[in-house]
Amino acid sequence: MPRFWVVGEPNADGSISKLSTEIATLARSLAAAAGGEAVGVVVAADPGRAAGELAGFLPRVIAVAEPAIAGNAWSIPAAEQVAAVIGSDPDGLVLLGAGPDGRDLAGTLAVLSGRGVLANATAVAWDARLVVEMSAFGGKVITSSGFTGPGGIVTIRPNMVTAEPLPAPGTVEDRAPGGDATLPRVAVVDRVEEAGAAASIEEARIIVSGGRGVGGPDGFELVGELAAELGGAVGATRAAVDSGWIPYSQQIGQTGKIVKPHLYLALGISGAIQHKVGMQTAETIIAVNRDPDAPIAEFADLLVVGDLFEVGRALLVALRGRSG
Amino acid sequence: MHIVVLTKPVPDPAAAAERLGPDGRLDRAASPTVVNGNDEYALEAALKLVEAHGGEVTLLTMAPPNAADTMRKALAMGATRGVLVADPALAGSCVRSTDEVLAAALRELTFDLVFSGFDTSDGNAGVVGAAIAARLRLPYLSNAAKIEPDPDAGRVRVRRITPTGYDVVEAPMPALVVCTQVLGEPRYPSLKGIMSARSKEIASRSLADLHLDVATVGGAAATTEVLDSRKPPARGATRIVRGSAEEGAAEIVALLASRRLI
Repeated sequence: MPRFWVVGEPNADGSISKLSTEIATLARSLAAAAGGEAVGVVVAADPGRAAGELAGFLPRVIAVAEPAIAGNAWSIPAAEQVAAVIGSDPDGLVLLGAGPDGRDLAGTLAVLSGRGVLANATAVAWDARLVVEMSAFGGKVITSSGFTGPGGIVTIRPNMVTAEPLPAPGTVEDRAPGGDATLPRVAVVDRVEEAGAAASIEEARIIVSGGRGVGGPDGFELVGELAAELGGAVGATRAAVDSGWIPYSQQIGQTGKIVKPHLYLALGISGAIQHKVGMQTAETIIAVNRDPDAPIAEFADLLVVGDLFEVGRALLVALRGRSG
Repeated sequence: MHIVVLTKPVPDPAAAAERLGPDGRLDRAASPTVVNGNDEYALEAALKLVEAHGGEVTLLTMAPPNAADTMRKALAMGATRGVLVADPALAGSCVRSTDEVLAAALRELTFDLVFSGFDTSDGNAGVVGAAIAARLRLPYLSNAAKIEPDPDAGRVRVRRITPTGYDVVEAPMPALVVCTQVLGEPRYPSLKGIMSARSKEIASRSLADLHLDVATVGGAAATTEVLDSRKPPARGATRIVRGSAEEGAAEIVALLASRRLI
């Protein structure tokens, strides 16, 4: 009877991340299919709020208050505590987010717990064993993989499942930190919030994205207005980020983030392979581009040939007309 | 200051010829090989630091023996030497095995910092750096947008990108840092660099040299396996619309409405 361990990631304000609630929902369905159990683990200096919120999605959540996390980078002390919690369950399968913190924790936990890692899953199913779907070579190949032995760690991309709360919340069990907390700490000496990076593009349902054609930071105002009107986040190509028009946190593509929104609206983006690998699995892709022969014409659902500012402003008017 | 940069030869994404063989492993003959793009950012960051502080840059690669050709390009950018861990038993290695082998190779080297790229363009996992750091008990500083070592104090300070901005993190050296492209565009090798790279040392290491047992690392000991691979489902045909901006906007609104996106 396999156990699925969900590592809950707390946000900076102490709430649980949206991705963790998605993974909790996935873990419940896996547990039902496998005849097993889904259990959450939240490790933080003060895990109360995140653990309580995660228990809205899981029947049982273990909360570990680890004081070492205050003032230090999260992933290392968190991985040590997760390793201690799952130490008595060598067959346990650990599920966590494929964001920066999740991947850091997964790599550390792999060594501490002696488990293999399958990273950036786009789907996970139970078929007498765990079957993990991933995309390789920037989406050119889809693979299904499994663990050769019992136990394993899977990191899961955002927006693969829709989070569904339990009819009645589960229980939270407080546990004292334990295990072998000996890995070196990394001190956080300052935390800086940057404007414009607030909406996480990896979790966004709708992304409006700008490329070189946007022409400058002023052009990104229109991109931002469209994103706000559609209730989405702003994305960008590497060219726009390298030009300093928008922060790196918004970059989509091979060296940026890989996203799978319901809608990807690409303004002035040619669709070169380095960008395509970051957004090609979006459900709907709409492009506005002057060039009808741009590579994006090969994989968009709709390409409007024209000036992105003219079409963008007309779209803004049309959307506001609908909602108003 | 001595920096080791982990570099992986990957199939050239621009060639778009990557595929898996019937055994679920990368078909290395199908595609030309390049240095992983994100590793080049790490190498550039390392080269700038040794230019400022003095020192040397060593490349560490785990790959088939012919990877030496790809490593020459990174040596031409200015790295001092390379170490290539190659062994037939390593084909089909999983993440856990890769980190164990690279950690064993690092134990033979002297360094202040180890740099890895954010992820690789073939596997995209991006977890090997954290695993190596845990295995060697090195401080682990990830997602670096800025790296400031202080050799006198024996410490390194990193600007770590977060979803909402950045953290400034600090730890004693030696340490492992995961680099991002924000550190700066990799340089092109100069002609002089290309010429001198031909005579730079690439030391080979087998599993036996590293005192590793093929029963515990490599393909035979893999913790994960590919069960099946396929091409992604094709997207539908693209509708291309020309006309006035208003007509274009109306087409977009109609599609958004039909798919319940507005």
